[in-house]
Amino acid sequence: MLKRVLLSLLVASALSTAAFAEEPKSGGVINAVIQPEPPGLMVGLVQNGPTQMVAGNIYEGLLRYSPKLEPLPGLAESWSVSEDGKIYTFKLRKGVTWHDNKPFTSADVAFSIEFLKQTHPRARGNLAQLDKVETPDDYTVVFTLKQPFGPFLGIFEVGSLPMIPKHIYEGTDYKTNPANNTPIGTGPFMFKEWQKGSFIHLVKNPNYYIKGLPHLDEIYWHVIPDAAARAVAFETGKVDVLPGGSVENFDVPRLTKLKNVCVTGAGWEFFSPHSWLWLNNRQGPTANKKFRQALMYAIDRNFAKDVIWNGLAKVATGPSASTIKYYTDKVTTYDYDPAKAKALLKEAGYKGEKVRLLPLPYGETWQRWAEAVKQNLQDVGINVEMIATDVPGWNQKVSDWDYDIAFTYLYQYGDPALGVGRNYISSQISKGSPFNNVEGYSNPEIDQLFADGATAFPDSKREDIYLKAQKILTDDVPVAWQLELQFPTITRCNVKNLITTAIGVNDGFRDAWLDK
Amino acid sequence: MLSFIAQRLAKAVVVLLAIVVFNFMLIRMAPGDPAMVMAGEAGASDKIFVTQLREKFGLDQPLPVQLYRYVKGIVTLDLGFSFRQQMPVAKLIAERLPATLLLTVTAFVISLLLGVLFGTLAARFAGTWADTAITILALIFYATPLFWVALMAILLFSVAMDWLPSFGYETVGANYTGFAHVLDVGAHLILPATTMGLFFMATYARMTRASMLEVKRHDFVKTARAKGLRDAVIQRRHVLRNALLPVVTLAGLQAGTLVGGAVLTETVFAWPGIGRLMYEALLQRDYNLLLGVFVVCSAMVLAFNLITDLIYRAVDPRIEFAS
Repeated sequence: MLKRVLLSLLVASALSTAAFAEEPKSGGVINAVIQPEPPGLMVGLVQNGPTQMVAGNIYEGLLRYSPKLEPLPGLAESWSVSEDGKIYTFKLRKGVTWHDNKPFTSADVAFSIEFLKQTHPRARGNLAQLDKVETPDDYTVVFTLKQPFGPFLGIFEVGSLPMIPKHIYEGTDYKTNPANNTPIGTGPFMFKEWQKGSFIHLVKNPNYYIKGLPHLDEIYWHVIPDAAARAVAFETGKVDVLPGGSVENFDVPRLTKLKNVCVTGAGWEFFSPHSWLWLNNRQGPTANKKFRQALMYAIDRNFAKDVIWNGLAKVATGPSASTIKYYTDKVTTYDYDPAKAKALLKEAGYKGEKVRLLPLPYGETWQRWAEAVKQNLQDVGINVEMIATDVPGWNQKVSDWDYDIAFTYLYQYGDPALGVGRNYISSQISKGSPFNNVEGYSNPEIDQLFADGATAFPDSKREDIYLKAQKILTDDVPVAWQLELQFPTITRCNVKNLITTAIGVNDGFRDAWLDK
Repeated sequence: MLSFIAQRLAKAVVVLLAIVVFNFMLIRMAPGDPAMVMAGEAGASDKIFVTQLREKFGLDQPLPVQLYRYVKGIVTLDLGFSFRQQMPVAKLIAERLPATLLLTVTAFVISLLLGVLFGTLAARFAGTWADTAITILALIFYATPLFWVALMAILLFSVAMDWLPSFGYETVGANYTGFAHVLDVGAHLILPATTMGLFFMATYARMTRASMLEVKRHDFVKTARAKGLRDAVIQRRHVLRNALLPVVTLAGLQAGTLVGGAVLTETVFAWPGIGRLMYEALLQRDYNLLLGVFVVCSAMVLAFNLITDLIYRAVDPRIEFAS
């Protein structure tokens, strides 16, 4: 028997009550910054951050997510799960059309699944448990899984599983389809123009299926490659929105002190950027567990939080960010304690061997952070050599396991099965990618826990499993967790209702309006 | 003259091909490849994804095969496909080249005019406070990193005074047409072109000054004075004209390097030209795009050198093409 879940509508209604406390005004143009310039806007083919930030206005997923990661209606208006957790039935909204006025139906959903299995590495992983997709009618889609997959309801946001128009892509070479340059979605904004190197222009979708939305007439995404120039563009009033990560952190306090400027750290709950140091578990001093634990005690993460990140972060306690499911802080913790670090180094038999530290080449903030960590490590007697790279060089070195310590941060996608396990399980040890288990940690117990956690049903069983996994990992310290990062979105205060979901600006400007 | 040009063009083609092969090998020595960068940007990747990208870009082929395919393309004027921008390289460069030409030509004119003017004044008033002031000023602009001058100019003229726009080629969304559009682009051009121009001005000023002081000592200048010619005429007709030869040589060499200066200027001012395209292509290991920009820049340098040789003749009739 099917159990219908309709809490989505209740949540949506509660959210709208809060969001629409002020009466929205229609019209207006928003100027925002996008950096780097996306390689394309067809989000089914290109999955980088800037692509999703712009294309989140053009394309949509079946679901959206509240800041607490509860599913909300998107292109699906309701959904239900069978009691054995293997069959998910989605009811689609009626009256939805693509930007070329063709109807959106269940056939598009089934096509999108097949499309993304070929082109989208993350979707491919998320859909590994999918057995079949059935479309009994135009507005019903039934997903049958091989076995229960706990995070299944969490994989339908626009960047993870965007809906692709079947009538445009079926039977074509997806990668060279001319429509990739003029993307067609169902979203609140339509693609108008892209002057490469300058701007991307989106305009309101007049046939959007939710009456009264979107409020804005146009969005311009400006491509400004230099971080200081982006800050100036905001300061001089040329842009209204600086999405998270647009400016260097040290500029944030200055910009937020300006008149009529608002800042929020909200809108990153789904991604939960989690930073750590990859520690090469295979060779050198970092192969020794005591050495790794010493690193945790040696690094002053509160200094990094307060000084490098201007307080826009939270000290990480372990492999999961506190914003995602099944997080616990009841784990082994490592406060800043250089004396303890020195004692552990002695126990580890460290004799001053050189360790190579790779900063993340993402700008000044990351460089300063690496320098602070280097200083911390030198203070307890670790011989550190900093290796400078650019982004391709960093990718290459980390993918080839050619490092001792390397900065990184990765998204967690709301659930340990989607964004955490990949960094610790043995099956993810594979040269050639900087986003899997590049530290080379291998623990059969952890492998089993993450395997069980993904397929356990119901949720209470999953929770027990992930609590145990977090405890083991924080004891073993396969990597040195640093901070839960916040990427503040800075706006003019008259830009209202910009961030309403767990993916924030990446979910598009559907509900945003300008208080003129 | 035509045979001279034909000979030079033939040599230029050989040089260009050598540059292509050299750069092809050089860029592939850098760590990382475009497939890895794009996988990195996706924030997730698996072997299938990276393999698909490498196959799509032809990076799964042996290096000599890749080189052969690239050179074959170049010979048929096909610059290839940009891995990251997902567009033909020729189209990308054609879209961006006008903006770079506008910027670099304006900067070139500013630097040359100001450089020759200040160099002439410094030589005319050699040893005085004016000479010292010009020399110091020129050296300051030459010694200061271009990006820093650019940022200071933005702070002063865009943030503090709000006189000039700080980024871009035009006011996005204004949809100006006709003369209003020209004025709008002009306003956006002032800061980047002047910043670049001031940097390159220094060398012209120093070169003009030194060259004029040297020419001034020649006998024909004394003869001109003995003939009773006015000082302004001597300076303009006899000293400056002869002193310009090394300046023209320098200008010819620098015209090619202006694109190098454009990399920084275009990045700071978000000017949508090929300098920025080159910088981004390098960071993204977009091999075809990077090589395409190199080819165009090299062709520009060769063309400027040829033009310089032609200008020699106009400036100094003693030089003949046969030589």
